[in-house]
Amino acid sequence: MYYQSEFDADYLASRNTQFRAQVERRIAGQLTEDEFKPLRLMNGLYLQLHAYMLRVAIPYGSLNSAQMTKLADVADRWDRGYGHFTTRQNIQFNWPALRDVPDILDALAEVGLHAIQTSGNTIRNITSDHFAGAAADEISDPRPVAELIRQWSTDHPEFQFLPRKFKVAVTGSPTDRAVTRAHDIGLRMIRRGSETGFEVIVGGGLGRTPMIGKVLREFVALPDLLDYLEAVISVYNLLGRRDNKYKARIKITLHETGEEALRAMVEARFAELRGTYPGSMDALSDIAARFRSPDLPPREHRIFTAAKAQDPVFRAWADTNLTTHKRADYAIVTVSLKAHGAVPGDATSAQMRLLADLARQFGQDELRISHEQNVILPHVALDDLPALHAALLPAGLATANVGLISDIIACPGMDYCALATARSIPVAQAIATRFEELQLEHDIGALKIKISGCINACGHHHVGHIGILGLDRGGVETYQITLGGDGTETTSLGERTGPGFAYDEIVPAIERLIAAYTAVRTNAQETFLATYRRLGMAPFKAALYDGDTSDAA
Amino acid sequence: MARKAYAQVVTGNALLEGHVVYLTAQGTWSTALTDAEILRDEADAQLRLLSAMAQAATVVGAYLADVDPDAASPKPLHFREAFRRDGPGHYVYPAGRI
Ligand code: HEM
Ligand code: SF4
Repeated sequence: MYYQSEFDADYLASRNTQFRAQVERRIAGQLTEDEFKPLRLMNGLYLQLHAYMLRVAIPYGSLNSAQMTKLADVADRWDRGYGHFTTRQNIQFNWPALRDVPDILDALAEVGLHAIQTSGNTIRNITSDHFAGAAADEISDPRPVAELIRQWSTDHPEFQFLPRKFKVAVTGSPTDRAVTRAHDIGLRMIRRGSETGFEVIVGGGLGRTPMIGKVLREFVALPDLLDYLEAVISVYNLLGRRDNKYKARIKITLHETGEEALRAMVEARFAELRGTYPGSMDALSDIAARFRSPDLPPREHRIFTAAKAQDPVFRAWADTNLTTHKRADYAIVTVSLKAHGAVPGDATSAQMRLLADLARQFGQDELRISHEQNVILPHVALDDLPALHAALLPAGLATANVGLISDIIACPGMDYCALATARSIPVAQAIATRFEELQLEHDIGALKIKISGCINACGHHHVGHIGILGLDRGGVETYQITLGGDGTETTSLGERTGPGFAYDEIVPAIERLIAAYTAVRTNAQETFLATYRRLGMAPFKAALYDGDTSDAA
Repeated sequence: MARKAYAQVVTGNALLEGHVVYLTAQGTWSTALTDAEILRDEADAQLRLLSAMAQAATVVGAYLADVDPDAASPKPLHFREAFRRDGPGHYVYPAGRI
């Protein structure tokens, strides 16, 4: 876990004091809304459909139990007892009152949390692999580098007014769990001989013009990383369009400038900037020292093996919700926030407190938030799993569905979001509930459904195996389906099936898709995505639009 | 063809709580759409909106929302306004949580 330095604490305190004064001036009528809005957005405060919303960053998705407990305190004291974990490893509180926000920010600062650069045209919260530091397939923990980038980008004088928001993701694993190719900059760690560095992917993004990022440079050695990032972003800062916000992201800059030309400009700038951050490696080793890797005592696995043999509920959970840890006597636990019928990503304060307690008791005090809106306990001894599972069960946190059809990503949609064109949450709830009734989800196997309530694509629908996009068509909620999206190292963007479906038609449509898939897959091991890649759109289109699913086979 | 009857209400979000509010006939703000004054004259509606926008220390983002001209009590025409009126409580959390 990373421990913040005094510098961070002073910085947060002074930012919060400044914002408190701004809130007071707004309430006293000394600031207009036009003056105040950019100030509140700089502090993560949005005005949504029904209330203010405060977006708090969870840098690279890592939390300790004290921080998780503080989130629960905020939910209880100033909100309505719950929070929403998002695809960008943030948490959103949906009901804060304006007057309380400075107090909330002070409370968060006590544990080093903040809402800085969670909005605006700045470098946003740096996201990372939620299994960082624990995954068996990892080259090295990417979080010290993510923290280095966070420090470099926080309050960076040149990069507070970029042409548009800028999102950076970092992974230390060949398996891409951080959707690096759908970020403005995605960094994938690579080892060349004894040298560590990063492949730099630029110009990915979702939203109204989804694009997969291009490899701008195959290898940047670690000591050059900040110089190179500075080069990319300063070239973008000059070239990026400020006349049209729909064309302002770096993906459009790359598209309009051309990959070769942009690469050449970045290289030229990099040559000028090289050596700008001579202290970056020292800073990195300071940071790395403050990322205490837990000392994991050697453990047995007899209790675990026995529980698996005796308890089918535990076995089902262990089969779906565990991931291989770098240590054979430990596991990475994904706690599903997707109980069938629950709001994807929402956690009550009681659930947050329980997770904090369990992290303390069984998990080396570490928690992670995944972009898939679940909570991870990255280091749990196999023999502690039965006790952990027993504690999760009564809290509605032991759903055995990670990676399955009901493990749906959904943005807040029109239940909360002022930009939404349709609801997403109840669609997710209805799909999860329906497939639970059918008792089919384990048979269907690995499947990612992702839902966005408007074209901004906060729910990642373009990279869902099945993507659902809610639109307003002539005053009626209408849902478009895309198939074949993938956010991992084999990234692809989903393709539209055809005309959309009304609110009460979308669940039956998904059912027809799934029936078509199970009818045409070669065997139970062939996933939905693999089947789609083998057969293409035809059988699924037939199932959706021909009204006769028997044609699908 | 008869011109579509005109009916709108002034709505926005309260500055302090952020909650959805509607302008009443008395010029006060209410969280209940049923309390809203239905404005049936376009010029009058524009004037009411301007006076609402002037109350910057009370309400944020005031605008005119269409309501059903044939209903006696204000009834949203667009589903977005229906969700604004109802809040997310219905299916997101059991009643009582919100
Ligand atoms: C509720 C207030 C929110 C607002 C006003 C908002 C606004 C936006 C906008 C305007 C875009 C499009 C940016 C572009 O294409 O240039 C966007 C993209 C995105 N947002 Fe949100 N969003 C909100 C909530 C969320 C939530 C809850 C999540 C996570 C669940 C999220 C994650 C993302 C992601 C992943 C993208 C697409 C990646 C990209 O930037 O290309 N946002 N958002
Ligand atoms: S995708 Fe649209 S509806 Fe969903 S959170 Fe983003 S902006 Fe709101």
